[in-house]
Amino acid sequence: MEYHLTTPIPPEKLKEIKIGDIVYVSGTVVTARDEAHLKALELHKEGKKPPVDFEGIGLFHCGPVMKKNEEGEWIVVAAGPTTSARMEIFQDEFIKTFHPRIIIGKGGMGERTAKACQEETCIYGYFTGGAALLAADRIKKVIDVFWFDELGMPECLWLFDVENFGPLTVTIDTHGGNLTDESKKNIQANKKKILEEL
Amino acid sequence: MLDIAQVIEDTAADLLKITATKLPSALKEALLKGERETVGALGKSQLKAINENIKLAETHSKPMCQDTGLVSFFVKVGDKFPLRSEIKTALIKATKRATQNVPLRPNAVDMFKGNTKNNVGIRGSVPWFYFDLVEGDQLEIIAMPKGGGSSNVGKMKMIPPGKGIKGVKEFVIEAVAAAGPLACPPYTVGVGVGGGEDMCMNLAKKALLRPLYRYHEDEKIASLEKELLEILNKLEIGAMGLGEGPSVIDVHMEFAARHPASLPVGVVISCWALRHAGATIDKEGNVVWHPH
Repeated sequence: MEYHLTTPIPPEKLKEIKIGDIVYVSGTVVTARDEAHLKALELHKEGKKPPVDFEGIGLFHCGPVMKKNEEGEWIVVAAGPTTSARMEIFQDEFIKTFHPRIIIGKGGMGERTAKACQEETCIYGYFTGGAALLAADRIKKVIDVFWFDELGMPECLWLFDVENFGPLTVTIDTHGGNLTDESKKNIQANKKKILEEL
Repeated sequence: MLDIAQVIEDTAADLLKITATKLPSALKEALLKGERETVGALGKSQLKAINENIKLAETHSKPMCQDTGLVSFFVKVGDKFPLRSEIKTALIKATKRATQNVPLRPNAVDMFKGNTKNNVGIRGSVPWFYFDLVEGDQLEIIAMPKGGGSSNVGKMKMIPPGKGIKGVKEFVIEAVAAAGPLACPPYTVGVGVGGGEDMCMNLAKKALLRPLYRYHEDEKIASLEKELLEILNKLEIGAMGLGEGPSVIDVHMEFAARHPASLPVGVVISCWALRHAGATIDKEGNVVWHPH
């Protein structure tokens, strides 16, 4: 099945979606990698609010290549997903705290994230790794940037207005399904067999 | 008379642009073949996206991946080539320039002072240089940026020598299975055996520079490469790790002598975007670009 979602994404809409489905997102997506996750969660612990309200929007694991045009505005050069597994250590806490509705990345995520997605109603959309120009093509506007001076270009928060951002293969749904986890189990089973026959 | 240092800087800056925007033709072919031959829709769509993206990068001269990598240069200096340490200065200048002009993503992060914003480390060592001294009057430069995601799945192990070649194979299989969907497969795998704990990783990285499907001149090593290629594809990692399509495009191995007590094995894995490009400069400053 194919779904077109617009932010803020209503949680009930996500319940229809299953692993293996394709989704496209329109609206607001914010980039966040390791440092931005850490900083947002730290701010929350101190009782402060991060500069972006993550509720209902897309959280994109991405460190884009950006440049300024002649008018001094930021434009996207390349913006593919980064390896999501690095965020596994705090993604569940982030979902519970800030309630984004779709995590966009590559390589898939683990049990903790899948559990948080089930409990808090969120999905994970897999964008083809390295396909940075296909992704950039779907970003219509750079809305804002935060923490650039402190964290640098790849790690800061870039707030994008996107149109039909995808195709995203759903590998974690709201029902506890995890497609990359299934693939990993298959790889491990194949490995075991190969090593036995070596 | 040309300013040789300037020629080196210009050439290296161009090489960095080529690596970021254009894949070697044999690899492009391999990925297209992968798309044609993949049966499942999940895997086919991933390869289709990869191939469309490669085309866009080349047409618009833009980086194919936002991770334009940590920069390294493999350099061979001929005995009669006029410059020595100025080569390094020129390559560092080229890295800064390409960061601005291509542009490349600033990827050099200092643990205490943060991102240097120009891809050059403030404590030296980045870009990384592999220097070799050779006969003749030419300078060969190969630029090789490598993405963080696929570097994170690199592995090294000191195997008990008693395990021999079987132990080497087992470790390569373990390493690639562990990489699984994490590092943008289909992968190209470089393996270094022997030499010591640091050298095996260098050899593994160097092995990635060998053109696709050109196997080692030593037949024993070549047959190991082919055997591992076949075995690793049985892991069924598939394009982007979704279980469909090619897992590994090629395997290259380099060997060095080992200490009697050690059997070091290094595995360096490249994502589908195995990026490298080279050129040779003669002592007058004439540039010959390597086939790409």
